[in-house]
Amino acid sequence: MELILSKFNYWIYVVLIMVGFYGMMAKNNLMKKLIGMNIFQWSIILYYVSIGCKKGGTVPVIIGGHGAEGQIVRAIEYINPLPHVLMLTAIVVGVATTGIALTLLIIIYRKYGTLEENEVIEALKK
Amino acid sequence: MNPEHYPALIVVTPLIMSFIVFTIGLFNRRYCFPVVIITLGACVYFAFNMLMRVMTLGNAIHYRMGKWAPPWGIEYVVDHLNAIILLSIAVIAFFVAIYSKANIKKEIPEDKLPQFYTLFLLQTTGLLGITITGDAFNLYVLLEIASFSAYALIAMGRKGAEFAAFRYMIFGTIGACAYLLGVGYLYMITGSLNMADLAQLLPKLYSSTVLITGFAFLLVGIAIKMALFPVHTWLPDSYTLAPSAVSALLAPLFTKVGAYALIRVMFTMFEPSFSIKTYPVTEILGWIAAAGIIFAGILALAQSDMKRMLCYVIVAEIGYIVLGIASANRYGLTGSILHIVNDMFMMVCLFTVAGTVYSQTGSGDINQMRGLHRTMPITISVFVVGALSVVGVPPMCGFFSKWYLILGMIQAKLWVFLVVLLISSLINAILFFRIFEKVFFDLSAKEGHTHGHNGISVTMDKLSFGELVPMVFFALVIILLGVFSGAIIDHIIQFAVPKIF
Repeated sequence: MELILSKFNYWIYVVLIMVGFYGMMAKNNLMKKLIGMNIFQWSIILYYVSIGCKKGGTVPVIIGGHGAEGQIVRAIEYINPLPHVLMLTAIVVGVATTGIALTLLIIIYRKYGTLEENEVIEALKK
Repeated sequence: MNPEHYPALIVVTPLIMSFIVFTIGLFNRRYCFPVVIITLGACVYFAFNMLMRVMTLGNAIHYRMGKWAPPWGIEYVVDHLNAIILLSIAVIAFFVAIYSKANIKKEIPEDKLPQFYTLFLLQTTGLLGITITGDAFNLYVLLEIASFSAYALIAMGRKGAEFAAFRYMIFGTIGACAYLLGVGYLYMITGSLNMADLAQLLPKLYSSTVLITGFAFLLVGIAIKMALFPVHTWLPDSYTLAPSAVSALLAPLFTKVGAYALIRVMFTMFEPSFSIKTYPVTEILGWIAAAGIIFAGILALAQSDMKRMLCYVIVAEIGYIVLGIASANRYGLTGSILHIVNDMFMMVCLFTVAGTVYSQTGSGDINQMRGLHRTMPITISVFVVGALSVVGVPPMCGFFSKWYLILGMIQAKLWVFLVVLLISSLINAILFFRIFEKVFFDLSAKEGHTHGHNGISVTMDKLSFGELVPMVFFALVIILLGVFSGAIIDHIIQFAVPKIF
């Protein structure tokens, strides 16, 4: 129990990634697959954000700034902003993936009139 | 332009030009193609120049983006290993662009051409970027740029292509996310994203479970992107249904760039001893690759569509490269790196031929290829060169990389893998000689119609110059790479193999 509580952020991401993976692999509807894919991606983003987080941490800037009294925050006290910044890129990537996927789904729906995977495969065999 | 900035320019030029091409396309579609050719020509020049510089300097070129020092900023590194791969990518992209001019019009509507060329350049950007970057996270971003363009390009293809592209996308996203997770784990314990920096920080942590998890995720991610055997299922559908010019660009390059990334992760980011001795990674990869080679060979035999058959040949070729990595000695790795370069040219040669045959006869079926050597002698000659190279006949380049792979297997005493390589060569021979038989020796059907003209009436290929030149060029490169393979190994590849071997 303590193992779960002390590292709850990782457990949340593990559960989410499994939900997403299940959606991608097991669902028959292509839209649901896409939703699963999104959950999969966002869970990794949450994971990255959580590893950069710290209780009682502060921003990594020089307090007081500019002047001679400027006081440097010690490394142990500030939150590492890099994982969060990396995730800005990953969010953009995620949005682009979703955009392309939705475009493809629109084309598939227009051509075959359905988004069920087995029905699309049936239509393709003809 | 200062040659110092070529590492950045080779990625930035096609990236910026892709948007310019799109803008030009809004006004006049005719100017798209020349702009693309100039851009890719510049890329070839940059890549050639960098290869020459690396060869004269004898060590790697390090380029700091925006002058930020490596562990913080993004660093681009050109060494012997990726310089030659960069040049191959640029050359292939350049000639496939020329090839696409005449070919693509038959497969996609005219008003989609600007979009096609935009994506073509973005695709090249991604592939060049993956190869040149020295930053683990940057590699993820560029991998995704390349993948997105690939999804969109594939979706332009024949009936069912958009569905294949969607399935590819599901797989590709899992691969990219797995890679991203792996980078996250490594970042968590080292706080660094630079590959060279990681290589210094990681050895102290080799017993950490976080590191092993990260490594496993990295390998799975790359394996999906490079279509290693059990996770190759996205490849045949998507590359078969894509437009011919697109599969000629994607099929040779994308999987090989993945193989390059695998070598980088296993032997640059991690010490070679980690994946050889600390954990039996190379051994596992070897068995997977061996199973994949046999499996893909058998499936290739079962295909009647030429492009689909070639797709399974790619899966087998990827198996060869991984098998060379798995042998974990100098010969095997030399074979792998040489095979990455050779296979790029072999596959682009065969896929351009498949595309030409498809656009000329309207069918990709092997059984429909009867007597084609009479109507398209040049195309079929190019096909023969490419096919013999895949089989491994000496003057062609495929023989030499296979030779080194076999030497590697013998030195590592991996007899099972050696047998697998030889069986696979036999399967390849059957595959291609089956087609030769269909093309050349099916005299019964045609001879009846040609009364008294000795049964032979050869006409030249009814192809435009733009389609013929790239195909003939690729065939020539295959022969030249074979003839000069000794020089390539002496001057480039022997420095590309990690020093520890």
